[in-house]
Amino acid sequence: MFDNLFGIHEQALLLHGQRLGVLATNLANADTPNYKARDIDFSAVLAGTDDGAPLPLQVTQEGHINLQSGSTPAVDLKYRNPYQAALDGNTVEMPVEQAAFAENNVRYQASLTFINMRIADMQLAIAGQ
Amino acid sequence: MSLFNVFNVSGSALNAETVRLNTTASNLANAETVNGDATKIYRARHPVFQSLMDTSDPFAESEGASSGVRVLGIVESTVPPLQRYAPENPLANKDGYVFASNVNPIEEMTNMISANRAFATNVDVINTARDLLLKTISMGH
Repeated sequence: MFDNLFGIHEQALLLHGQRLGVLATNLANADTPNYKARDIDFSAVLAGTDDGAPLPLQVTQEGHINLQSGSTPAVDLKYRNPYQAALDGNTVEMPVEQAAFAENNVRYQASLTFINMRIADMQLAIAGQ
Repeated sequence: MSLFNVFNVSGSALNAETVRLNTTASNLANAETVNGDATKIYRARHPVFQSLMDTSDPFAESEGASSGVRVLGIVESTVPPLQRYAPENPLANKDGYVFASNVNPIEEMTNMISANRAFATNVDVINTARDLLLKTISMGH
């Protein structure tokens, strides 16, 4: 029961954390010549973490390493298609990055809220009141 | 890569933008300086940024996310200086000419606004990451 206590939100939180780093890098390099903006294809990564994902490796002996436990989903960074690239080869577009950053921020907090509510539920169940 | 890395990335950007603001300040301060020798005038300086890969992070290559920015170097403008006839100036050469610095104040002002915006954005990023981390730490409370 507790294996999947937080559902998708455990993975989503990790992913949003990673995406925050990627977007922060884009914003930090907004004036770097030849820097290409990158992003995580969120739905593609998350699609690989649900029940349809490849089955976990079977652990039949003590020495086997359980690859599934606590591992973050494999992240595939992709280059962003700029609306209008700068002359110096930089493809960071401030409004696009800021919008993505704000969206990611809200999604991170949403996942966090879901996890917190789940914890509160469990505490209620344990206390039995 | 953890959320903490955001502080390194955005911190490096703050540092780079500070260098940019510093050169702008230096350029504007020296905008009106003159010299009798065209080779000794003050030339406008501009930093060149380079994206910085974090090699200490073994997952940097696979995740490709942990890169800040650094100032690769500072280049001097090659725009030819303006020549002005000012025989009363003690710095004038024997023909009575002085050479002004090749700083373009308009360029510097726009550069300053751009650096200012970039700086503010990175401060925003740091604040957001900090808020998220603090909320994550207090998970379940």
